[in-house]
Amino acid sequence: MSEAVGQQHPIGIYLKIWVLLFVLSTFSYLVDYFHLEGYTRWSLILLFMFLKAGYIIAIFMHVTWERLSLKWLLFGPPVAIAVLITLMAIEGDYTFLNRLFYFDR
Amino acid sequence: MTIQTDKSSTYDQPGVAGVVSDWAADKQAFDMPWGKLMMWIFLLSDTFIFSIFLTSYMKVRMSATDQWPFPSEVFALTIGGVYLPLILIAIMTFVLITSSGTMAMAVNYAYRGDKSTTVKLIIATALLGASFVGMQAFEWSKLIHEGVRPWGNPFGAAQFGSAFFMITGFHGLHVSAGVIYLLWVARRVGTGYYDGKNLEIVEIAGLYWHFVDLVWVFIFAFFYLW
Repeated sequence: MSEAVGQQHPIGIYLKIWVLLFVLSTFSYLVDYFHLEGYTRWSLILLFMFLKAGYIIAIFMHVTWERLSLKWLLFGPPVAIAVLITLMAIEGDYTFLNRLFYFDR
Repeated sequence: MTIQTDKSSTYDQPGVAGVVSDWAADKQAFDMPWGKLMMWIFLLSDTFIFSIFLTSYMKVRMSATDQWPFPSEVFALTIGGVYLPLILIAIMTFVLITSSGTMAMAVNYAYRGDKSTTVKLIIATALLGASFVGMQAFEWSKLIHEGVRPWGNPFGAAQFGSAFFMITGFHGLHVSAGVIYLLWVARRVGTGYYDGKNLEIVEIAGLYWHFVDLVWVFIFAFFYLW
């Protein structure tokens, strides 16, 4: 089976996203450089991370132009990862408190 | 819902109805070459592997009672007398993003049928990837020299070393494999192995390469910046 065209888009869009990824990476480096702390730091790190990841997946990996069947295949299963992260965060907290309670000092 | 039998239009239906027709009709479920679908499924499984590494790192870091080493200081370099926190990691990030850009352009030129530009861009991508691995090797030797081991380190919580070597090591392995993969694809495109066929192999290799960049985005955020 051969298709006449694959993913074909103007080259400009890749250059724009490329520049954007550079800018976002610079921003996330600056978060560290300016020693932002606490929730400001964490929310900015997550914001820049999700923006970068989103643009790479959407444009560079062409997921924007793929059919919904493939999007569901890709984004459905990672829900399980979100569940694992939640469970392990609870577990990590519990382990930490128990270590403080029983092992510290 | 009408069942369409004409191949050219069966993948036109948008939205959820399109998903239903893709999956229920008597045709292949995903409108793409099988190699590309297999790459996507491989990347999905790889997503799980890296997620499990990062989740276990989160769990171990949350439950550590010793101070977690400050990545900003551990990965700082003094270049020309100037102290720069995390500088090597920032450079590595830019190198990898640049390689993703050249790869995206390679895919574009491949579909335009411009073989020689495609080969040049793939080789550029592979060289950037190789330099990334080189910088990672430098970083590893520096940390090993400073006494970081999987079971302990002089900066703080002992779990730092194992998480670092495991996560960056596995990612570095992916980059190294990617460099070999890309050079192999470049050689085959250059020697005309795919002549007369669609150059979808470049897009498939591109998916792998962008994924490696994608994983680095998460490692950079969670391991180096957090």
